[in-house]
Amino acid sequence: MAFATSAVIAQPDPIAARKALMKDNDEGARIVVAMMRGRAPFEGAKIESVFAQWAETAEKLPGLFPPGSETGGRTHASPKIWQNKADFDAKAADFGKVVAENRDKSMASLDGLKAAVSAVGKACDNCHEDYRLSR
Amino acid sequence: MIAILGEADMLRRLIVSALVAAVVGLAAWYLTIPAVVPASALGSHTPDLVNGRTMFLIGGCSSCHAVPKQPDRARLGGGLVLGSPFGTFYVPNISSHPKDGIGGWTEAQFVTAMTKGTSPGGAHLFPAFPYTSYRNMTFDDLRDLFAYLKTLPAVAGTVRDHDLRFPFNVRRAVGLWKWLYLDGAPFKPDPSQTAQWNRGAYLVNGPGHCAECHSPRDFLGGIVPGKRFTGGPSPDGQGSVPNITQAKLKDWSVDDIASMLGDGMTPDADRVGGSMVEVVRSTSQLSVADRIAMAVYIKSLPAIEGLRQKAMQQ
Repeated sequence: MAFATSAVIAQPDPIAARKALMKDNDEGARIVVAMMRGRAPFEGAKIESVFAQWAETAEKLPGLFPPGSETGGRTHASPKIWQNKADFDAKAADFGKVVAENRDKSMASLDGLKAAVSAVGKACDNCHEDYRLSR
Repeated sequence: MIAILGEADMLRRLIVSALVAAVVGLAAWYLTIPAVVPASALGSHTPDLVNGRTMFLIGGCSSCHAVPKQPDRARLGGGLVLGSPFGTFYVPNISSHPKDGIGGWTEAQFVTAMTKGTSPGGAHLFPAFPYTSYRNMTFDDLRDLFAYLKTLPAVAGTVRDHDLRFPFNVRRAVGLWKWLYLDGAPFKPDPSQTAQWNRGAYLVNGPGHCAECHSPRDFLGGIVPGKRFTGGPSPDGQGSVPNITQAKLKDWSVDDIASMLGDGMTPDADRVGGSMVEVVRSTSQLSVADRIAMAVYIKSLPAIEGLRQKAMQQ
């Protein structure tokens, strides 16, 4: 018997886990943005691992919002996630799709990276617009 | 004898009370007369549709008036539902439709709505519609905007009335609110500042209406004096809107601010979220010069700490 995805396994601390995923997302964004702005050398291997981390986020995220994790742990998750879980999951899947579609382009050239990150950024916004609260 | 004197006294008191009530009532009535910009105040003007589009983008009309949950931000048929501490607002149709939208309005009626908060029917408009900022716009910019709006698609259908709690649903009372909160002084450029700063100040305080979200409000919904731009609870009741004075933007350069308005990215490679995503959809289409001008102005806002406010109840 194989476990389908890690989402099936219950997380002891889903809030901490999803905050860590988002933090890692941002770390990855900083790495590629530094390259885009000419502050760091263009390195395909690093870009690849950033995109791999983003892909992992897309896969794991939907399973980290179980009932009971709406509040606490300084979560920035909007209550709307639980009111519209199907839409939230669809947007996470869409983020994964955009990341996959732009992965090769991102490593091909600096212009490719800029275009790829711009597309991924919009996929981040797609979810954040409705489901992320600022504090 | 004493009984007769008592009655005369009471009658006098009643008459005086009635007179006082009448005077107060008349004063209230007078103070709350909806102001209007007459057509005679508008000279000749050839509309500039390019500028009209700029005003449309920086004005953020789509953010509230575009039909929700569809990608064409030029379809201004309204319908967005806005919760507030005063009740629920249902954003109206301002498409070019001659009956259901503003296609049948005159220029003077549009300028009146935007600068005086008065409807073509002569009633006060609720300040959920931010004429509190739009009133700083020049007549030329407003007429260009109106001309541009009329080139956008006509969307059929009217939106239901707002559902506000008493006494907030009394439109005439908005006249008192305006008297309390609006000083009637139009935007004036600061001659000690550069043209670029003044352009930014005009865009931010006029069509950009940034302070309308980025400021805390009191129990009547007016911006707390002295706390403009210091952020507060999000108007939609969820989360908060950041302080954009130097109290919180100290580490952002002018370039960082302008860049964020262009692509939604913060200096930390984070993304602005919530309602700001929709704002950036518009500001990303402005000229680089206008984004930089706004950034120059925002960067100049002296550091002011925000208030500690709980999220607004709905």
